[in-house]
Amino acid sequence: MWIVSATYFVMGFFNIVFAWFGMICFIIPLLVAIIGGNKIWCNKYCGRGQIFLVLGNKLGFSRGKAAPRWLSSIWFRNGFLVFFMSFFINMIYVTVLVAKDIRSLSETVNLLWTINVPWHWAYPVEIEPWKAQFAFGLYGIMLTSVIVGIVLTIIYRPRTWCVCCPMGNMTQMICKLKNKE
Amino acid sequence: MRKYIAENDRGRCVACGVCVKTCPRNAISIFRGCYAVVNNEVCVGCGLCEKTCPAGIMYKVKIA
Repeated sequence: MWIVSATYFVMGFFNIVFAWFGMICFIIPLLVAIIGGNKIWCNKYCGRGQIFLVLGNKLGFSRGKAAPRWLSSIWFRNGFLVFFMSFFINMIYVTVLVAKDIRSLSETVNLLWTINVPWHWAYPVEIEPWKAQFAFGLYGIMLTSVIVGIVLTIIYRPRTWCVCCPMGNMTQMICKLKNKE
Repeated sequence: MRKYIAENDRGRCVACGVCVKTCPRNAISIFRGCYAVVNNEVCVGCGLCEKTCPAGIMYKVKIA
């Protein structure tokens, strides 16, 4: 699966439309959590997590130190989820604006929530502007999380990203809710 | 006889499954996506999970 994930990021570099496949990483884990009531996606199939394992364990790019306790605290995890969701909602909002012709398409990828990186070369085909805008936005979110995840892998342990991963947090919440019933 | 066993802080476990992959004896499982559970019968207290847990909530503890 990590090859699939790596391919995704490479393809997005050349053609932004591939970013749409990123929705798989959002929809499948949620569906699995809601229907199956487990985190099998995180545990077995998450390609991003596997990239971190390959980088940290096989290639040795990791200090192997445990993450600080506040990183796995409920407050930080939920705060980070809200923070991430706000960017996700903003991305959808911008997509709607573009779809309604209120805003023009910006061919940039927003990295680390601040920097707008020009990404116009990855837009070789003509598709509806809102579809392209969504792709640019989603690719930005995906790439940002990989960058943060790799930094965490190097400083701490592989998959330290999982400790505060918004998706993992959401699916775990769903599983815990399901278990209370 | 084994002297150690793995224990975890279930309240802080993020159920990522790294320990499950690491455990050489398949003694750990994720309970319904909520937290990791160590099978005390199978665990030999090797401490590999303690070293790999990204949240740092796996502990190798001495058997009393």
